[in-house]
Amino acid sequence: MSLSTESQAKIDRELTKYPPEHRQAAVMSALRIAQTEKGWLSKETIAEVADYLGIPAIAALEVATFYNMYELEPVGKYKITVCTNISCMLRDSAEIVTHLEKKLGIGFNETTADGQFTLKEGECMGCCGGAPLFHINNTQMHEYLTPEKVDQILEGLDK
Amino acid sequence: MSATQTLVCLRTVGQDNPASLATYLKLGGYAQLQKLVTEKVKATEIISQVKLSGLRGRGGAGFPTGLKWSFMPRYFDGTKYLVCNTDEGEPGTFKDRDIIRYNPHQLIEGMAIAAYTLGARVGYNYIHGEIWQDYEIFEAALEEARAAGFLGENLFGTGFSFDLYAVHGYGAYICGEETALIESIEGKKGQPRFKPPFPASYGVFGKPTNVNNTESYTSIPWIMEHGGQAFQELGVANSGGSKIFSISGHVDKPGNYEVNMGIPFAELLALAGGVWKGRQLKAVIPGGPSTAVLPAAAIIGATMDYDGLSKAGSSLGAGSMIVMDETTCMVKTLKRLSYFFFEESCGQCTPCREGTGWLYRVIKRIVDGQGRLEDLDLLTDVSSNISGRTICALGDAAATPVLSFIKHFRPEFEYYIRHGRSMVEDGLAAQSQAQQEVAYA
Repeated sequence: MSLSTESQAKIDRELTKYPPEHRQAAVMSALRIAQTEKGWLSKETIAEVADYLGIPAIAALEVATFYNMYELEPVGKYKITVCTNISCMLRDSAEIVTHLEKKLGIGFNETTADGQFTLKEGECMGCCGGAPLFHINNTQMHEYLTPEKVDQILEGLDK
Repeated sequence: MSATQTLVCLRTVGQDNPASLATYLKLGGYAQLQKLVTEKVKATEIISQVKLSGLRGRGGAGFPTGLKWSFMPRYFDGTKYLVCNTDEGEPGTFKDRDIIRYNPHQLIEGMAIAAYTLGARVGYNYIHGEIWQDYEIFEAALEEARAAGFLGENLFGTGFSFDLYAVHGYGAYICGEETALIESIEGKKGQPRFKPPFPASYGVFGKPTNVNNTESYTSIPWIMEHGGQAFQELGVANSGGSKIFSISGHVDKPGNYEVNMGIPFAELLALAGGVWKGRQLKAVIPGGPSTAVLPAAAIIGATMDYDGLSKAGSSLGAGSMIVMDETTCMVKTLKRLSYFFFEESCGQCTPCREGTGWLYRVIKRIVDGQGRLEDLDLLTDVSSNISGRTICALGDAAATPVLSFIKHFRPEFEYYIRHGRSMVEDGLAAQSQAQQEVAYA
């Protein structure tokens, strides 16, 4: 299934940031746009992004496998990535992880049976003043977490 | 007496709609750019003010910004580029995020002044992938600046043109290294390049490129307004200006504090509300984990500037201060840090790719209760064999916490190896049992 015209328009906008002979420069954002549309990046989607940019498929695959916010396997509707690095660890990110694991019944790199949630462990997100924290679907940052606040955030999501 | 903040880079913080163009204009924003460009002030004059300011690269390396600017070739037949490094991924570092979400226009103005000075036609601000909402704030600020005629072609009718774009990472600490970041802008894996050639001669798309940190560029409009001397005088010798310290971990009020360079550590700690829960200070990583950890006694009398922290046995880094209280187990803390460097090694150089995994596995085995006393020498040996043997500084950064944690907290490591348990946690358990016995007596 090919990329939507909306996604293609977004990629075209990214392409305007670079000299026309350097279309590969847009591959980071093109893969992000494709992932946002499809939920994850299959080999076919990666090849299609490469095709659209006119670069070898391997060049897009190299990027997709190098950066850890790209998903190379299907994930749930909501991917929750919890930072457990030192600043978060010092402010008890372990409590947040345990709470999520209990509440969702899954561990890291697992997806709930209903396909709603995937849990991931993240590296430093550069927001350590708000620790502990997680982001949802790579886009929404939630800081100063407590178990109660986690409950509220999850209840606020469309199921 | 508690110190106060000096708001240079965070000067819109506390205003209504801090990120808006209107707010920045109200504070005199873009006046310096307009003045320099319309009066056709010479590049050499601007660079000499930046040199005078004592501004040193705020991304961690501390290289003098004015000197770096003088490396850019003045005459070049083609496009020169300007790059801003907003890829904060070193644990404890979160200052540039506040610049792009609260004061994006000052960064844009600083970059435009740098572009005018260095003759750069196009700029990119590379933003850490995880802070998506802040990326969007910066994109919106760029739109506003373009519409108002502060970016684009023929600015102020002078013939000077500068286009600036936001680009994003997607989860790779290594892209904070300037040549990895350039590779990433070009749409490749973020693997650092050999230097030389330096970006000033071979940068983005192989063209001359100046790379600075977000806070460095954001300081420029203030330096132009008040003069290099005034900026230098905010700080101390060898450390000009104000500096944003990102304080995280065991303090009462974590966050960013912009203060004059040379502030005593104790005053800075007090600004962040002191150690939380009334506990004792145990250790501080003063500039992010690539700088050596210091026990409380070594940092308590130090001043927060390049020379002050060097004298105390560490370095300023990016000003990312991670505070640890008396309940912190240093062995477990090091385990987490070592995992980070193992996970984030780009895999290009063997000593780093293999060595970081080795370090992590040995520390993990200590935490799992399977440590051996000779492991401490092994860790030191592996660390020393990574340092200085890789293309970029990530290898050295991975070795630094291992060497400094073991150096300053060796008894904790030895206890963990002998007993298979944490000395700190055993101490806390004994303390709480003693308290219970007193309560029941």
